[in-house]
This record gives sequence, structure tokens and C-alpha cells, in this order.
Amino acid sequence: MRERPSSLPIRFEAAAFAAGEVAILGPLTLAIGPGAPAVLLGPNGSGKTTLLRLAMGLLQPTSGCVLRGEAPGTSRGRCAIVFQKPVMLRRSAARNVAYALRMAGRAADPATVERLLDRVGLAPLADRPARRLSGGEQQRLALARALARDPEVLFLDEPTASLDPAATKAVEDIVAGVAAGGVKVVMATHDLGQARRLAGEIVFLVRGCLVERAGADAFFTRPATAQARQFVAGDLVI
Amino acid sequence: MDGVGALDLILSGDAKLFAVVRLSLLVTLAAMVFSALIGMPLGALVALTRFPGRNGVIVVLNGCMGLPPVFVGLVVFMLLSRSGPLGPLGLLFTPQAMIVAQTALITPIIAALTRQVVEDLWAEYRDELTAMNVGRAAGVATLLWDARFSLVTILLAGFGRAAAEVGAVMIVGGNIDGFTRVMTTTIALETSKGDLALAIGLGVVLISVILVVNALAWSVRGWSERHAG
Repeated sequence: MRERPSSLPIRFEAAAFAAGEVAILGPLTLAIGPGAPAVLLGPNGSGKTTLLRLAMGLLQPTSGCVLRGEAPGTSRGRCAIVFQKPVMLRRSAARNVAYALRMAGRAADPATVERLLDRVGLAPLADRPARRLSGGEQQRLALARALARDPEVLFLDEPTASLDPAATKAVEDIVAGVAAGGVKVVMATHDLGQARRLAGEIVFLVRGCLVERAGADAFFTRPATAQARQFVAGDLVI
Repeated sequence: MDGVGALDLILSGDAKLFAVVRLSLLVTLAAMVFSALIGMPLGALVALTRFPGRNGVIVVLNGCMGLPPVFVGLVVFMLLSRSGPLGPLGLLFTPQAMIVAQTALITPIIAALTRQVVEDLWAEYRDELTAMNVGRAAGVATLLWDARFSLVTILLAGFGRAAAEVGAVMIVGGNIDGFTRVMTTTIALETSKGDLALAIGLGVVLISVILVVNALAWSVRGWSERHAG
């Protein structure tokens, strides 16, 4: 089988996104390479979701460019994303995963489906209609669908924003396992505790601008900017 | 007394009455199938594509939901008449002509409602399907499948419209006894002749058929929703 081209690094080159006259993000220059999970931190409206959508190719920058991989024109083939509110297809959990496998050009055999569901702890619920799963279970099913793409990069857009602590821990455990398996995780959150638990590096955004980028330890112990110090201290950054 | 006569016709399994019922169901169900085959992909296509004049197409589709059956019958009559472009087919005053007329009548209904349902669903699914690299054809199939419960309701709307109309089938079928006479045309004819028993009997059967079909479809929809989410 031919080797798929790598999607890494993902490079933002003076990339900006605006909705009409309103600047949403950037322009920013940033490279995301392989390694520990990168967590996008920032208050609401800081541009975290827009950055993820640009990186995934779901949005096109209004100026500048976003490049995936070393080969020009590399598509999102090796990227996957889990949205804050994932859409469940009207079919069982197992058939949701089988669908994602087929769309990724992979064999949707029962053993592969079961392995993916088992990886997110949903094997016992394989036959349950996806829309009847709880919020946490739906988020884990969305993770299984994303993993069905055998991604090199996994984008997560506040995947635990509306979950209780138990469901949050379940999702975080899966994400940590995925990252440990060599998948580059890029996650948006405004949950400082979650960032501390998962991040290898922090990309801190405020009002669409990249304010600070640092290793997680350095960011939380020695933030370099006043806004980052405020944010880490739990003060409101507006 | 007419009501008692109608009940007697139904309970005795009157051959003439049930031949009319059978033909009505055949014509309407065939029209519904053809309309679904044309209208659903057409509606999905309009929902998912952007092209110059799209808004005009949507306005026309929506407007055609209220087409007068007699006008549809007139157009189909002109197409199928000896001097019309489809005259050589020899379909005028046959059940096939009635199927064509009813298909023309309800295809816009099914296409317009499918367009609305699929467009709404696409707004919900767009990011997820795009992220999964789902192609255009697979996307249409996915949206139609996931909208299947709503589409059943749309089909029922089309079935009800076709089953209840009289003008189009009267014009292109000719209301020929034993050949193209269906429930609605028979009701109109028998009422004008004063044979209210047969007219009432057919009216009862017509309403019962529509109710039973709706009840069955509703049950299937409920069962499917419980099992597929």
C-alpha cells in the first residue's frame, strides 16, 4: 500500500480569518509539529475554534495560507476532528464507526469496528442507536469515528465542555492514550485544569491574536505575558 | 338509507366497488413510487448545489406544490393526445396516463419538501461529513438515509394528495367503467347520478385507506426511530 503523505507540520503563514469586516483570527504565523499534545488556551472568542477549523481545512483563510505537510496540496487525509457538539448519524454506534471507516477508505469489518468501540469503552453499547447515547458516550463515539480515520493529527474542539467530571475523565483518558500512541493531539479548551493534565505545550490566544506559546510547565509556572499571568491566576481576561 | 346501502356494499365485498378500490390504489402507489424516484434526488440536488437561478428553482418547486389537478390533467392530456408529442405512445385514457398525471401532480410536493428537509439536515451535518471526506454522491445518500423518517411523512403527504385528487385522473383517464374509473371519479359520477350508496361507500373506503396507510407508516416510523435513533 502506498504511504500516505504526512500532514505535519501544519504551518500558518500570516494566516488570518475574517467574517466580513470583523477580524476573527490572526494574522498569525505558527507551526504545529509532531510531539506532545498542543493545547489552545484562551477565553471565549479568542479564535481557538477558528484556528482548529483552518488547520483542518474546514475554513479557508481570508489572507495568508495554511499548509499541511511538506508536500504542497496535502489534504486533510491524515487529520481528524472531534467537535464540541458532534453530530451522531441516525444509526447504531457500531454503524457510525463502520461509516467513518468506509469514508476513510478502510475496511469496515466487524472486528475493526469492535476494536475501535472497545478503545473508547463503548463495545457493550455497539447496537444502541447513537442518538440515544448520553453526552459523554456520544463524545467517545465521536472519538472512535475520528480514530477510524487512523489519523496522524487529531483536533479536539472543547470535547468535554458540557460533560460531568466522570465523563470528562473518560474522554481525557482516551485522549492521553491516543497521544501516547504517537498521534499529534491539538485541543482547544478554556479549562485550565484540563490543560494542565493533558498539555505538552500551550498556545495562548486572546481576541484572535497569538499572545504566548510555551511548554506547559513553563506556561503555568512562568507565564511570560501579563495576559497569560492573569489567565493562569484565574483572573478574567477580556 | 344510503348509509346502510354503503355499509352493505362494503361488507358484502361488492366486486365493482373493490375493483375501483384496487385500481385507485395501484395508480396512486405507482405514482408515489415514481414521484419518490424523481422528486427525492431532485430535492436533494437542489438542496446541496449552488447554481445561478437556484432561488428561482426553489420558488417554482414550492409554487408547484399547489398545482390545480385539473391544470395538470389538461397539460398531460395535451401531451398524450393524438396530436401531442407523446401521442404515438397511445396512453391517453389508460391507467398509465393516470399514473403520469398523478406523478406530475405530486413530484413537486415531494421534491420541494425533500429539498427543505435535506437542506436543514445538511446545515447540521456539513462539518462532520466534510471532516470525514464524504464525497457528493455519498453525502446525498447519507442525508437521504438519515432523513428517512421525515421522508416517510413527505411520501404520505404525496400519497394523500394523489389519492384524493379527481380532476387530473378524470381528464386523462376518461372515467371509463371497469378500466380507468377510480374512487374519486366514481364518487363524483355516482353522486351526480344520485347513487349515493356507492358514493358514500367509496368515500368511506377512501378515507379508511388513507388512514390505514398513515397509521402503518406512522407505526413503522415509530418502531424505526426507537431502533435506529
